[in-house]
Amino acid sequence: MLRSFKFSSPKLSLAILLMLIGTISIYFLSNTKLIIAGSNYTSIGILASGLILYAGVLVIMAMFENETILSIAMLTPSIVAVAIFVYGFIAWSVRVSLSQWKGLLPDYTWVGLQQYTYLFHDTRFLIDVRNTAVFTVGFIAGCLILGLGLAILLDQRLKGEALFRGIFLFPMSISFIASGVVWGWLMNPATGNRITGINLIFQSLGLNSLISLWHSSPQPWGMVFTVIPAVWQLSGFTMALYLGGIRSISDDLREAARVDGASEFEIYRYIILPILQPVTLSAVIILGHMSLKIFDLIVALGHKDLRLDVPGIYMWTTTFDGTNYAQGAAIGVLMLVSVAILVVPYLIQNLRTETEI
Amino acid sequence: MNWRIAIKTLFYAILIILALFYLLPVYLLVLTGLKPISEVDLKTMWALPTAGIHFDNFIAGYKQLAPNLKNSLAMVIPEALLSALLGSFNGYLLAKWKFRGSNLIFSLILFGMFIPYQSILIPLVKFMQYIKLYGDLPGLVLVHIIYGIPITTLIFRNYYAGIGTEILEAGRIDGASLIGIYRYIMFPLSAPSFAVVIIWQFTQAWNEFLFAVILTNQSHWPVTVALNNLAGSQLVQWNVLMAATLLAALPTLLVYIFLGRFFLRGLMAGALKG
Repeated sequence: MLRSFKFSSPKLSLAILLMLIGTISIYFLSNTKLIIAGSNYTSIGILASGLILYAGVLVIMAMFENETILSIAMLTPSIVAVAIFVYGFIAWSVRVSLSQWKGLLPDYTWVGLQQYTYLFHDTRFLIDVRNTAVFTVGFIAGCLILGLGLAILLDQRLKGEALFRGIFLFPMSISFIASGVVWGWLMNPATGNRITGINLIFQSLGLNSLISLWHSSPQPWGMVFTVIPAVWQLSGFTMALYLGGIRSISDDLREAARVDGASEFEIYRYIILPILQPVTLSAVIILGHMSLKIFDLIVALGHKDLRLDVPGIYMWTTTFDGTNYAQGAAIGVLMLVSVAILVVPYLIQNLRTETEI
Repeated sequence: MNWRIAIKTLFYAILIILALFYLLPVYLLVLTGLKPISEVDLKTMWALPTAGIHFDNFIAGYKQLAPNLKNSLAMVIPEALLSALLGSFNGYLLAKWKFRGSNLIFSLILFGMFIPYQSILIPLVKFMQYIKLYGDLPGLVLVHIIYGIPITTLIFRNYYAGIGTEILEAGRIDGASLIGIYRYIMFPLSAPSFAVVIIWQFTQAWNEFLFAVILTNQSHWPVTVALNNLAGSQLVQWNVLMAATLLAALPTLLVYIFLGRFFLRGLMAGALKG
């Protein structure tokens, strides 16, 4: 593998310099504290010094002119970070979920799958699963239908297309928290004298039958209404995905179909929709993984209302308010499993097609 | 040809109704924010201000959120810049210097983008406490950078993969090394994807809630956490809350309005390449 070694003294001195700086600052920082503007930067400083030290090692490696090894070596810090923060922490969470850790002091006593069997018989968790299922179905269906509809409408070469596209897409840039706060007021369930929000609009339009309790409705309907802000935020994104798909279909294909006597409706039904299937698949995977871990929107909308509970909120309260770490970890792991079932096949398929190319 | 016009009118009507629906929340935020305190009544929520336009609510909202807006800004700027730099290295190496197993490594990194963060939250908190980065902004920045590695790597990798290998070969013939090719050929070409990634990471970190609420203490709360807290408080008038919400959403909204092109590209890259 070793192709050649090209010695260069400026590079060597640079390497030695970097390694020296790195080592010295690690030594200093491990004996003292680095406080900047009231924040403790000691660990960040040690990390940065470590990277400087490592950069020195990389400079020496670069002299060997073996690009494969250099490439791997340069990726190593990111690989290590992901290995620890993603895979290491998942493994650690799994271990916590198999323990009886309750309270502030870690307790890793092995209890097997006890936390999981508890959750599967826990009313709150079962409600969470049902709520997530309702939310996921409503959210994906809403985004796909509205997104596709909007994409087809905007494909008609109407005037003001860019403006409409911008209006449908902007909610994507707003946080789930901000959106939850506003929609909480729009979907205010108060009636009678205190009627407000969208209900007030319905009342003044004489559409009294449409007045609704929104997300305060009895379950599962309350959960269905939480879909509205979520669809408001992400249907534009779905539209953009579909529009990208539609626009990549060549006009020749459509023209050929027109010449053969196909109506506009038939062109969409038999030519465009089948071609858009992969777009639908990616949309389902992206929207699906978002809805399986939906958290902030529901927090802002329902303020931890138990009727609108989802696993993400249960995990949060049980772990950090109830200090039941083992059970919180089990909920987190179950959320991970649900997302993995959706995403892993897609990633594997992606990997296969990449490798073939 | 009359039915054609009818259909076009129908399309426009549908689009306009939907556009009004999408704009409804923003209309409410702006309208409420501009009303004087005396005119704030839930029953006249949709009425235009009668006693002139006032900025009292925005001032009150700003007073509530000012330290948090500052926290968010202090967190988001270094986060976006460092993320982009790291993503650019990774993307370059994974797109142009493939080795056996590099695709597998890329897929394994990519998986980190999808995980629910609840599944790593307990170890993360313990670890951040252990390395004394818990409660403050530097720790939050580090966490955002690390969990941003998958998406930033993805965007840059797709971008660099689209740059032909000819230019690389030419560089090699001229004697450029792996680092030289990045420094003199790839990096100068990557301004568009730097824009995409910086904007994407800016928006993500600004809007993020879970890490922020778990990893920072009250004096270092970013704006999402403070806003959520404000919304749950009985002491804050709702018109001030609406003004505060608009202020909290404004930076990402402005980014979207002025740099929407890049924002959209970030979205599409996040959609994987089907």
